[in-house]
Amino acid sequence: MVGIFQSWNIALSIFNLCLISAVMTMGANIQWGYAGLINFGIMGYTALGGLAAVLISVDPVQEAWRAGGFDIIMSLWLIVIMVLVIRFILKRFEKSKIRTYSIAVIIISGILLIRFSAEPGIEAIEAVDPAKTGFLGGFGLPIIFSWIVGALFAGGLAFIVGKVALGLRADYLAIATLLISEIVIAIIKHEDWLTRGVKNVIGLKRPAPYEVDLQTTDWFIKLVEKFNSGKLSVIDNLADRQAALNQLVIEGSSVFVKLCYSGLFLVVVIILLILTQKALYSPWGRMMRAIRDNEEAANAMGKNVVKQHLLIFILGSAIVGIAGAMLVTQDGLFTPGSYRPMRYTFLIWVMVIVGGSGNNFGAILGGFVVWFLWIEAAPISLFLINFFTAGIPETNALKAHLIESVPYFRFLMMGLGLLFIMRYRPKGILPEKIEIK
Amino acid sequence: MDFVNAIILLLNYIFIPALTYGSQLALGAIFVTLIYGILRFANFATGDMMSFGTMMTILFTWYFQSLGVSLGVLPTALLAIPFGIIFMILYMLLIDKFVFKYYRNQKSPPVQFAMVSIGVMFVTQAVVRIIIGPGDRRFFDGEKFIIKAREFKEMTGLNEGLAIKSTQVLTIFVTIVLVSLLFWFLNKTKTGKSMKAYSDNEDLALLSGIDPKKIVLVTWVIAGILATIGGALYGLDKSFKPFTYFNNMLPIFAAAIVGGIGNPFGAFLGGYVIAFSEILLTYAYKKFFMYILPESMEPNSLVQLLSTDYKFAVSFSILVIVLIYRPSGIFKGKVL
Repeated sequence: MVGIFQSWNIALSIFNLCLISAVMTMGANIQWGYAGLINFGIMGYTALGGLAAVLISVDPVQEAWRAGGFDIIMSLWLIVIMVLVIRFILKRFEKSKIRTYSIAVIIISGILLIRFSAEPGIEAIEAVDPAKTGFLGGFGLPIIFSWIVGALFAGGLAFIVGKVALGLRADYLAIATLLISEIVIAIIKHEDWLTRGVKNVIGLKRPAPYEVDLQTTDWFIKLVEKFNSGKLSVIDNLADRQAALNQLVIEGSSVFVKLCYSGLFLVVVIILLILTQKALYSPWGRMMRAIRDNEEAANAMGKNVVKQHLLIFILGSAIVGIAGAMLVTQDGLFTPGSYRPMRYTFLIWVMVIVGGSGNNFGAILGGFVVWFLWIEAAPISLFLINFFTAGIPETNALKAHLIESVPYFRFLMMGLGLLFIMRYRPKGILPEKIEIK
Repeated sequence: MDFVNAIILLLNYIFIPALTYGSQLALGAIFVTLIYGILRFANFATGDMMSFGTMMTILFTWYFQSLGVSLGVLPTALLAIPFGIIFMILYMLLIDKFVFKYYRNQKSPPVQFAMVSIGVMFVTQAVVRIIIGPGDRRFFDGEKFIIKAREFKEMTGLNEGLAIKSTQVLTIFVTIVLVSLLFWFLNKTKTGKSMKAYSDNEDLALLSGIDPKKIVLVTWVIAGILATIGGALYGLDKSFKPFTYFNNMLPIFAAAIVGGIGNPFGAFLGGYVIAFSEILLTYAYKKFFMYILPESMEPNSLVQLLSTDYKFAVSFSILVIVLIYRPSGIFKGKVL
């Protein structure tokens, strides 16, 4: 529809983001719909997925490694040693005040030590050509790998968060995960040696061909010619026809690149959908529902509730991590400053609730519907405003003000949508289906 | 003399800013804690409700300014705050009637309330942005400083200047008055006591003839007062921007939970705990040590524990630590 009204290019980019949103929503849906765990930290996992894309695909900056690599690796070792020592203390000694205090002392002194050992390295790295690099770079591998690594990163973070916070009551868990994701973003934003911080990383590698290359490739030009042969044959003049063809090739190339992305994303969505559907109807899925609906009973039946919660928390977050890596892949740039809770946490939650929690198709539908509305809210509300104020002259202050603030109607639409769904269809558009045998 | 200089330095850059910021957080945290204790949900619309109240205050400030009314050295906004409060309370009651009441009657679980409050958050954000726009607004007028840094230096002959902004004094003063009034109300009046009873045990309170409708109404009225004054003071001290207010929700939550959610006094102190730890941990102490240590021992680096970029992260880390070791907060609130 947008393809006809606006352009195929816009339609495809909305479609791609819909697919990414669907993946994120599936991740959140696994946690909330299957297990009843509330995770407001989606933003943090998305950003970690993005970080994975950078670390995997960017070529390593040799100079920076020479300048400060040794210090950084030393500090990493220090962290590992610190964690091991703490684990040893936790295992070896009984729970007591002395143990708690000594762990606190170890952590604080460890942090100070790491700071002192890493400081010169970080400064040296950030001094290496700060306008272009100023960070360690990555491994220079194809960016597709980052989708898996992003999942690993996000899963790792979820493991730590889950260990710490999963014992909390639902609304506490929501706040704790939200705040932890803010901490993650703060670190990504300000540790320039790792991520370039707010200086952003641009020009990442692509899994799809570049438009410029396509425009000079023979088979692609022929393809475009074939597709538009009807349109081209109307033009008689040879020069005009060539010009029209060039224009079509330029347009076609960007559509083609977006189609490549769509194909890749679609594969991910389908694989995930098959896996999550299988999981939902497996004995494991039934156990998760049992735990969600009655924790004590499930516990009494011998199910390890804590372990299963942790597992599903990690799985869901890993899926969100994949989506984060996909997002950075399609944008080709990593901008830590753009990760905001509104867009990456609350909007995803609207998608989950609207689509239908516990239903994977609902999650995908929610991702599509909500993202589409989020993007198209401004044109729609502009149309509505013009329609309702048709009788009022253009110069009217109120009308001008309304038209000026059209971009903010998307918040209104989302909020009202969420409130109405919560009130009149609390299970979402596609509610959870459980067959009883 | 150096010692006095060092003290003034800390006063100027740590103590007074932290006290001001802490007061602003404390008002918000009491708001969160009241809603949590009595209506029993985590209100994710906190920041945006505060920005709504501030917006109304700003609109009335502009109106008064256009009429030529002013309070002389004091900011005109003080005159506008009562009107802002009225509109804030009306808005809150409207939302309660159309949104929260339904779920209260259904006895929905707290998580559902939290989700609904996210819907309210979106709507409020839209309303604020549509009415006043997303930009930065300053609405402060009147005398800016009580003591200027240069005047202080001339007066005392010290090297370090002490600057006290009138908004800082105003914030601290208003907070103290408001919070003492609130505690008097909660502890001494009949309505306040019945609110506490309702928060402690709803069924028992209902049995003893407490009217739940009245309790909810009074809660929203107090919440409206706190939200508007807290928001307006923050806006006067810094500036008004809807996005900042949304972000402030996070340290406010941190303050409320650190203090023990459901416990107003805990929330009040929690605000200062968060503010002081944020500023103490991210301040560069180089100059301070230059004053108190002999020259040979002067530090080369900035002596900064964490860079200022991690300001927010500090308060969130404190919260996470508190959540792990003392989920009920420093001052035992509701045990959850």
